[in-house]
Amino acid sequence: MTSSRDMILAAVRANAPSPAIPMPQVPTFDRDGPSLLERFRAGFELLGGTFVDYVPGTDLTAKIGELFPQAKVICSATAEVTGNKSLQEIKLPADLDDVDVAVVRPAFAVAETGSIWLSEAELGVNALGYLAQHLVALLDPADIVANLHHAYQDPRFMTAKYAVLMTGPSATADIEGVLIRGAQGVRSLKLIPAPRVNVGKA
Amino acid sequence: MSRLDHAEAAARFIANEKHEAFHDARLWDLRKKRDREAHGIPEWEELRQLASDIKEHTLTHQADYLEEFERNAIRNGIKVHWARDAAEHNQIVYDILSAREAKTLVKSKSMLTEECDMRPFLERRGIEVIETDLGERIQQLDDEPPSHIVVPAVHKLRGDVSAVFARTLGTEPGNEDVNYLAESQRRTTRPYFLRADAGMTGANFAVAETGTFVVCTNEGNADLSASLPKLHIASIGIEKLIPKVEHLGVFIRLLSRSALGSPITQYTSHFRAPRDGAELHIVLVDHGRSERLGMQDFWYSLKCIRCGACMNTCPVYRRSGGLSYGATYSGPIGVIIDPTFDIRKYSNLPFASTLNGSCTSVCPVKINIHDQIYKWRRVIAERNQLPLMKKATMKAAGKLFGNAKLYRAAVAATETALEDLPRFAIYNWFNPWGRQREVPRPPNKTFRAWYIENRGKR
Repeated sequence: MTSSRDMILAAVRANAPSPAIPMPQVPTFDRDGPSLLERFRAGFELLGGTFVDYVPGTDLTAKIGELFPQAKVICSATAEVTGNKSLQEIKLPADLDDVDVAVVRPAFAVAETGSIWLSEAELGVNALGYLAQHLVALLDPADIVANLHHAYQDPRFMTAKYAVLMTGPSATADIEGVLIRGAQGVRSLKLIPAPRVNVGKA
Repeated sequence: MSRLDHAEAAARFIANEKHEAFHDARLWDLRKKRDREAHGIPEWEELRQLASDIKEHTLTHQADYLEEFERNAIRNGIKVHWARDAAEHNQIVYDILSAREAKTLVKSKSMLTEECDMRPFLERRGIEVIETDLGERIQQLDDEPPSHIVVPAVHKLRGDVSAVFARTLGTEPGNEDVNYLAESQRRTTRPYFLRADAGMTGANFAVAETGTFVVCTNEGNADLSASLPKLHIASIGIEKLIPKVEHLGVFIRLLSRSALGSPITQYTSHFRAPRDGAELHIVLVDHGRSERLGMQDFWYSLKCIRCGACMNTCPVYRRSGGLSYGATYSGPIGVIIDPTFDIRKYSNLPFASTLNGSCTSVCPVKINIHDQIYKWRRVIAERNQLPLMKKATMKAAGKLFGNAKLYRAAVAATETALEDLPRFAIYNWFNPWGRQREVPRPPNKTFRAWYIENRGKR
């Protein structure tokens, strides 16, 4: 018996339209403009993200405490911020349900859209970026690329099992178009422009 | 299957003036936001052309790219299944779930699973299925299909949502606060995420080069569905393929700008391999797509990236509501796709258009939608699928327009008639145009009469 796979492929092959169309080249559409950080900030804020003032070199754990004085459970996937819930203790992703604030360091960010790039390497447990009530991202301004064309040239897209371009907190406008920040995932996304310490990019 | 009467269904929607007016305004607002974003990018038209070219390239090499995608996905540890039709798709999903004794499935929005009518199939077999997108959840709880492919409950007002939630989720009756309603859905859905046995998503794009599929969402529900349960199933139509990762740059720049007028969705999620300790399955679904690929005039509809821009701009869709199309895909894109599923049932849909071409102008992948609508009318007439009334009028009109003398006599008679006839003779059952509108006042003389008088002697 012929498998469904083979039948579908045979039908697709038999019905292929002609002539065949060549694959186009995609340019990177580079353009001059404000600095990458300024462009990133505009895009990030447009989709509901909050930019935090930060003096480079000052204590990040204290900064998180200042931003979220009410937070009971803080879980950090970075070496720079110490939380009170360790990712190592997590047996199931659902164990992260009580996290008030999660902290991550994106591998890079995209100026055009104001997006940050996270994979399993930056999240530790993927669900951390969604189950937590609030998410804080530490971004080195040197890690920003101009637009999505540049972003998709990053080789980590070829190796990460999971990768997300995250832009602002979760949102919905499904009832009468009324915008709600904090749909199913995090209620807020804050960004601290903190250069990487101990040199080198991830 | 009996023929769907779009005009009759639309009339029911139009009867509720508050709903119709809001629907019209809300979708037009999305169209305006789309324009603002599109005009903000100098290379917008170039991106549309690139998107169209990439899709046409892929569709003319579809079998090779499907094989490449499958090969890479398998290498990454993904289980790949193939389904020729809706029934096979649903059975595959059920078999995966039942083999793992999965009883609860959290899923994000997928038009393909709507197309396959998967939910009732699984529910009859004892699987609890929870739609987790807010709009889709509202529709599930109200036992209605989505009325729009991007904003499924756009035809409802907050009062409707409040009533549905009070009835099904036990929210406070009469509380129509949108924040409260959205928060109620978050609060009642979260426990399902935490205990679900399996998660399901669709896909916006599938990349042959890496075996990656991409899901674009705003609420975070797709990522919760994929990152919590041990099992993730993704249903993907075979037309979602693109060759390379770099092509995503083109499509992601176009998709949300065209759909909602935002530069990008909150979450653009790329799934290349199962996460550690979890399983990832893909079901590649044909369900009429390979057949459509062979239709000379209509294969271009396979370029569609399901942004809904054509729906938001369509005057007929905005005023008739998505449910009036009686199909998973409504609006202009539905008009050209639905007849490929059932030409008799959907033979009325290609007439739900003014052929104004706005859909074609906003389509981010440059599908010639209004041309295809016109061509479907021809196909339907040729296959003798025209409704009787339309056929009789068209035949009479054809005679009239084909004969100059007859036409002129008729125009003269109509002018007198429009002025002298009592209302009931104009606004009756034989003239559907008169039902929601006034016939304009006839001009004092025809263009021909004016021309003979003013220019005819030269």
